[in-house]
Amino acid sequence: MMLFTQLLQEAPAETTGYMIAGYAVIFGVMLLYVASLYIRKRNLLRDLEVLEEMEGDE
Amino acid sequence: MEPKPRWLTILDIVTIVLLVIATYMVFFYAPMERVMGQVQRVFYFHVAAGWVGMLGFLVAAIAGGVYLKNSRRYWDIVSLAAVEIGMVFAFINVVTGAIWARPIWNTWWTWDPRLTTATIMLLIYAAYLMLRAGIEDPDRRARFGAVYAIVGFLSVPLTFFSARLFRTIHPVVIGSNQPGAEGAFDMTPLMLQAFMFSLLTFSFIFADLIWHRVRLGELADKVESLKLKTMA
Repeated sequence: MMLFTQLLQEAPAETTGYMIAGYAVIFGVMLLYVASLYIRKRNLLRDLEVLEEMEGDE
Repeated sequence: MEPKPRWLTILDIVTIVLLVIATYMVFFYAPMERVMGQVQRVFYFHVAAGWVGMLGFLVAAIAGGVYLKNSRRYWDIVSLAAVEIGMVFAFINVVTGAIWARPIWNTWWTWDPRLTTATIMLLIYAAYLMLRAGIEDPDRRARFGAVYAIVGFLSVPLTFFSARLFRTIHPVVIGSNQPGAEGAFDMTPLMLQAFMFSLLTFSFIFADLIWHRVRLGELADKVESLKLKTMA
Protein backbone atom coordinates (compact mmCIF):
# COMPACT_ATOMS: atom_id res chain seq x y z
CA MET A 1 0.00 0.00 0.00
CA MET A 2 2.80 2.37 0.95
CA LEU A 3 4.65 1.53 -2.26
CA PHE A 4 1.45 2.16 -4.24
CA THR A 5 1.01 5.59 -2.60
CA GLN A 6 4.65 6.41 -3.27
CA LEU A 7 4.25 5.42 -6.94
CA LEU A 8 1.18 7.63 -7.22
CA GLN A 9 3.03 10.57 -5.67
CA GLU A 10 5.96 10.20 -8.04
CA ALA A 11 3.89 10.05 -11.21
CA PRO A 12 4.36 13.27 -13.24
CA ALA A 13 1.40 15.56 -13.75
CA GLU A 14 -0.71 14.84 -16.85
CA THR A 15 0.00 17.95 -18.91
CA THR A 16 0.20 16.59 -22.47
CA GLY A 17 -2.68 18.78 -23.68
CA TYR A 18 -0.83 21.94 -22.65
CA MET A 19 2.33 20.78 -24.40
CA ILE A 20 0.37 20.19 -27.61
CA ALA A 21 -1.26 23.62 -27.28
CA GLY A 22 2.17 25.22 -26.76
CA TYR A 23 3.71 23.65 -29.84
CA ALA A 24 0.59 24.37 -31.90
CA VAL A 25 1.10 28.06 -31.08
CA ILE A 26 4.84 27.94 -31.84
CA PHE A 27 4.51 26.24 -35.23
CA GLY A 28 1.22 27.97 -36.07
CA VAL A 29 2.57 31.50 -35.52
CA MET A 30 5.83 30.75 -37.35
CA LEU A 31 3.90 29.31 -40.29
CA LEU A 32 1.56 32.31 -40.39
CA TYR A 33 4.53 34.68 -40.43
CA VAL A 34 6.23 32.80 -43.28
CA ALA A 35 2.90 32.81 -45.18
CA SER A 36 2.58 36.57 -44.59
CA LEU A 37 6.09 37.10 -46.04
CA TYR A 38 5.12 35.08 -49.12
CA ILE A 39 1.81 36.91 -49.64
CA ARG A 40 3.37 40.36 -49.17
CA LYS A 41 6.12 39.48 -51.67
CA ARG A 42 3.57 38.25 -54.23
CA ASN A 43 1.48 41.44 -53.87
CA LEU A 44 4.53 43.69 -54.12
CA LEU A 45 5.73 41.93 -57.27
CA ARG A 46 2.26 42.46 -58.77
CA ASP A 47 2.38 46.17 -57.84
CA LEU A 48 5.86 46.48 -59.28
CA GLU A 49 4.75 44.94 -62.57
CA VAL A 50 1.83 47.41 -62.86
CA LEU A 51 4.00 50.40 -61.93
CA GLU A 52 6.69 49.44 -64.44
CA GLU A 53 4.03 49.09 -67.13
CA MET A 54 2.66 52.54 -66.25
CA GLU A 55 6.16 53.99 -66.36
CA GLY A 56 6.75 52.38 -69.77
CA ASP A 57 3.52 53.86 -71.14
CA GLU A 58 4.64 57.35 -70.11
CA MET B 1 13.57 42.03 -57.21
CA GLU B 2 17.03 40.55 -57.35
CA PRO B 3 17.15 36.75 -57.84
CA LYS B 4 17.33 34.74 -54.65
CA PRO B 5 20.99 34.25 -53.66
CA ARG B 6 22.28 30.68 -53.56
CA TRP B 7 23.42 31.17 -49.96
CA LEU B 8 19.88 32.07 -48.92
CA THR B 9 18.56 28.81 -50.42
CA ILE B 10 21.29 26.93 -48.53
CA LEU B 11 20.37 28.77 -45.33
CA ASP B 12 16.67 27.88 -45.87
CA ILE B 13 17.55 24.18 -46.17
CA VAL B 14 19.95 24.17 -43.19
CA THR B 15 17.34 25.98 -41.04
CA ILE B 16 14.59 23.48 -41.91
CA VAL B 17 16.91 20.53 -41.18
CA LEU B 18 17.92 22.08 -37.84
CA LEU B 19 14.28 22.70 -36.92
CA VAL B 20 13.41 19.05 -37.64
CA ILE B 21 16.35 17.83 -35.51
CA ALA B 22 15.52 20.28 -32.68
CA THR B 23 11.88 19.13 -32.69
CA TYR B 24 13.02 15.51 -32.55
CA MET B 25 15.35 16.31 -29.63
CA VAL B 26 12.61 18.12 -27.71
CA PHE B 27 10.08 15.28 -28.04
CA PHE B 28 12.21 12.12 -28.17
CA TYR B 29 15.76 12.89 -26.98
CA ALA B 30 15.20 14.99 -23.86
CA PRO B 31 13.68 13.05 -20.97
CA MET B 32 10.33 13.98 -19.47
CA GLU B 33 10.58 16.14 -16.36
CA ARG B 34 9.36 14.17 -13.34
CA VAL B 35 7.14 16.76 -11.65
CA MET B 36 5.73 18.94 -14.46
CA GLY B 37 5.33 16.15 -17.02
CA GLN B 38 5.08 16.81 -20.77
CA VAL B 39 4.37 20.55 -20.52
CA GLN B 40 7.98 21.13 -19.46
CA ARG B 41 8.93 20.42 -23.11
CA VAL B 42 7.40 23.80 -24.02
CA PHE B 43 10.37 25.33 -22.17
CA TYR B 44 12.89 24.53 -24.96
CA PHE B 45 11.19 26.56 -27.71
CA HIS B 46 9.69 29.06 -25.23
CA VAL B 47 13.14 30.23 -24.12
CA ALA B 48 14.53 30.01 -27.66
CA ALA B 49 11.67 32.22 -28.92
CA GLY B 50 12.39 34.70 -26.12
CA TRP B 51 16.04 34.74 -27.17
CA VAL B 52 15.14 35.48 -30.81
CA GLY B 53 12.74 38.20 -29.68
CA MET B 54 15.45 39.96 -27.71
CA LEU B 55 18.03 39.37 -30.46
CA GLY B 56 15.66 41.00 -32.95
CA PHE B 57 15.28 44.09 -30.77
CA LEU B 58 19.05 44.28 -30.28
CA VAL B 59 19.67 44.08 -34.05
CA ALA B 60 16.97 46.76 -34.55
CA ALA B 61 18.71 49.11 -32.11
CA ILE B 62 22.13 48.55 -33.71
CA ALA B 63 20.71 49.02 -37.24
CA GLY B 64 18.93 52.16 -36.00
CA GLY B 65 22.24 53.52 -34.70
CA VAL B 66 23.97 52.79 -38.00
CA TYR B 67 21.12 54.51 -39.89
CA LEU B 68 21.44 57.65 -37.78
CA LYS B 69 25.14 57.70 -38.58
CA ASN B 70 25.08 57.14 -42.35
CA SER B 71 21.39 57.71 -43.36
CA ARG B 72 21.43 54.71 -45.68
CA ARG B 73 17.85 53.41 -46.22
CA TYR B 74 19.13 49.84 -46.07
CA TRP B 75 19.68 50.10 -42.30
CA ASP B 76 16.14 51.34 -41.74
CA ILE B 77 14.90 48.28 -43.63
CA VAL B 78 17.08 46.03 -41.44
CA SER B 79 15.84 47.73 -38.28
CA LEU B 80 12.18 47.33 -39.25
CA ALA B 81 12.74 43.69 -40.28
CA ALA B 82 14.41 42.92 -36.93
CA VAL B 83 11.58 44.53 -34.94
CA GLU B 84 8.95 42.62 -36.88
CA ILE B 85 10.68 39.26 -36.34
CA GLY B 86 11.41 40.15 -32.71
CA MET B 87 7.70 40.86 -32.20
CA VAL B 88 6.64 37.52 -33.68
CA PHE B 89 8.97 35.56 -31.41
CA ALA B 90 8.35 37.68 -28.30
CA PHE B 91 4.64 37.00 -28.86
CA ILE B 92 5.30 33.24 -29.11
CA ASN B 93 7.35 33.51 -25.92
CA VAL B 94 4.57 35.23 -23.96
CA VAL B 95 1.76 32.96 -25.21
CA THR B 96 3.67 29.71 -24.62
CA GLY B 97 4.64 31.01 -21.18
CA ALA B 98 0.95 31.46 -20.34
CA ILE B 99 0.20 27.93 -21.59
CA TRP B 100 2.99 26.51 -19.41
CA ALA B 101 1.86 28.58 -16.43
CA ARG B 102 -1.70 27.22 -16.42
CA PRO B 103 -0.88 23.74 -15.04
CA ILE B 104 2.26 24.83 -13.12
CA TRP B 105 1.13 28.10 -11.48
CA ASN B 106 -2.56 27.24 -11.71
CA THR B 107 -3.23 30.45 -13.64
CA TRP B 108 -2.81 31.62 -17.23
CA TRP B 109 -1.47 35.00 -16.15
CA THR B 110 -0.14 36.87 -13.13
CA TRP B 111 1.34 40.37 -12.93
CA ASP B 112 4.75 39.02 -11.98
CA PRO B 113 7.75 41.34 -12.75
CA ARG B 114 9.00 39.13 -15.61
CA LEU B 115 5.59 38.77 -17.23
CA THR B 116 4.84 42.46 -16.80
CA THR B 117 8.15 43.66 -18.27
CA ALA B 118 7.84 41.20 -21.18
CA THR B 119 4.35 42.53 -21.94
CA ILE B 120 5.53 46.14 -21.75
CA MET B 121 8.40 45.28 -24.13
CA LEU B 122 5.96 43.72 -26.58
CA LEU B 123 3.64 46.74 -26.40
CA ILE B 124 6.53 49.17 -26.91
CA TYR B 125 7.43 47.46 -30.19
CA ALA B 126 3.79 47.11 -31.24
CA ALA B 127 3.56 50.90 -30.84
CA TYR B 128 6.73 51.23 -32.95
CA LEU B 129 5.04 49.44 -35.86
CA MET B 130 1.82 51.44 -35.50
CA LEU B 131 3.56 54.82 -35.24
CA ARG B 132 5.79 54.05 -38.23
CA ALA B 133 2.73 53.25 -40.30
CA GLY B 134 1.41 56.74 -39.55
CA ILE B 135 4.41 58.62 -40.99
CA GLU B 136 4.34 59.12 -44.75
CA ASP B 137 7.69 60.78 -45.40
CA PRO B 138 10.22 57.88 -45.74
CA ASP B 139 13.19 59.85 -44.33
CA ARG B 140 11.26 61.12 -41.33
CA ARG B 141 9.87 57.64 -40.75
CA ALA B 142 13.34 56.13 -40.86
CA ARG B 143 14.79 58.73 -38.46
CA PHE B 144 11.89 58.26 -36.06
CA GLY B 145 12.21 54.46 -36.33
CA ALA B 146 15.93 54.56 -35.59
CA VAL B 147 15.55 56.71 -32.45
CA TYR B 148 12.58 54.64 -31.26
CA ALA B 149 14.43 51.33 -31.79
CA ILE B 150 17.35 52.60 -29.70
CA VAL B 151 15.21 54.03 -26.86
CA GLY B 152 12.80 51.07 -26.97
CA PHE B 153 15.71 48.70 -26.47
CA LEU B 154 15.91 49.84 -22.83
CA SER B 155 12.94 47.53 -22.20
CA VAL B 156 14.97 44.47 -23.28
CA PRO B 157 17.62 44.32 -20.50
CA LEU B 158 14.88 45.32 -18.05
CA THR B 159 12.88 42.25 -19.12
CA PHE B 160 15.93 39.98 -19.12
CA PHE B 161 17.10 40.98 -15.65
CA SER B 162 13.63 41.33 -14.09
CA ALA B 163 13.61 37.67 -13.00
CA ARG B 164 17.03 38.19 -11.39
CA LEU B 165 16.55 41.62 -9.81
CA PHE B 166 12.98 41.50 -8.51
CA ARG B 167 11.11 39.06 -6.34
CA THR B 168 9.44 36.79 -8.88
CA ILE B 169 7.91 33.35 -9.28
CA HIS B 170 9.33 33.03 -12.80
CA PRO B 171 12.15 30.45 -12.92
CA VAL B 172 15.60 31.47 -14.19
CA VAL B 173 17.39 29.20 -16.67
CA ILE B 174 20.92 30.55 -16.27
CA GLY B 175 21.87 31.60 -12.75
CA SER B 176 20.23 30.98 -9.42
CA ASN B 177 16.47 31.04 -8.88
CA GLN B 178 14.64 33.30 -6.45
CA PRO B 179 13.38 31.45 -3.37
CA GLY B 180 9.80 31.98 -4.56
CA ALA B 181 10.37 30.65 -8.11
CA GLU B 182 7.75 28.06 -9.04
CA GLY B 183 8.29 25.51 -11.80
CA ALA B 184 12.09 25.54 -11.58
CA PHE B 185 13.90 22.27 -12.34
CA ASP B 186 17.42 20.91 -12.67
CA MET B 187 18.36 20.26 -16.27
CA THR B 188 19.86 16.84 -16.99
CA PRO B 189 22.70 16.71 -19.59
CA LEU B 190 20.24 15.51 -22.27
CA MET B 191 17.85 18.36 -21.45
CA LEU B 192 20.73 20.83 -21.64
CA GLN B 193 21.76 19.49 -25.05
CA ALA B 194 18.19 19.81 -26.37
CA PHE B 195 18.01 23.33 -24.93
CA MET B 196 21.31 24.50 -26.44
CA PHE B 197 20.37 22.95 -29.80
CA SER B 198 17.03 24.76 -29.71
CA LEU B 199 18.82 28.07 -29.10
CA LEU B 200 21.13 27.39 -32.06
CA THR B 201 18.20 26.41 -34.29
CA PHE B 202 16.23 29.54 -33.43
CA SER B 203 19.31 31.68 -34.12
CA PHE B 204 19.38 30.16 -37.62
CA ILE B 205 15.64 30.78 -37.99
CA PHE B 206 16.27 34.42 -37.11
CA ALA B 207 19.12 34.76 -39.64
CA ASP B 208 17.02 33.12 -42.35
CA LEU B 209 13.88 35.16 -41.66
CA ILE B 210 15.70 38.49 -41.42
CA TRP B 211 17.41 37.90 -44.76
CA HIS B 212 14.03 37.19 -46.38
CA ARG B 213 12.40 40.14 -44.60
CA VAL B 214 15.16 42.56 -45.64
CA ARG B 215 14.75 41.47 -49.28
CA LEU B 216 11.02 42.08 -48.93
CA GLY B 217 11.71 45.49 -47.39
CA GLU B 218 13.98 46.42 -50.30
CA LEU B 219 11.24 45.40 -52.73
CA ALA B 220 8.67 47.45 -50.79
CA ASP B 221 11.05 50.42 -50.88
CA LYS B 222 11.41 50.09 -54.65
CA VAL B 223 7.62 49.92 -55.11
CA GLU B 224 7.11 52.93 -52.83
CA SER B 225 9.61 55.10 -54.69
CA LEU B 226 8.13 54.05 -58.05
CA LYS B 227 4.66 54.98 -56.74
CA LEU B 228 5.89 58.40 -55.63
CA LYS B 229 7.58 58.91 -59.02
CA THR B 230 4.41 57.89 -60.91
CA MET B 231 2.22 60.17 -58.81
CA ALA B 232 4.55 63.18 -59.21
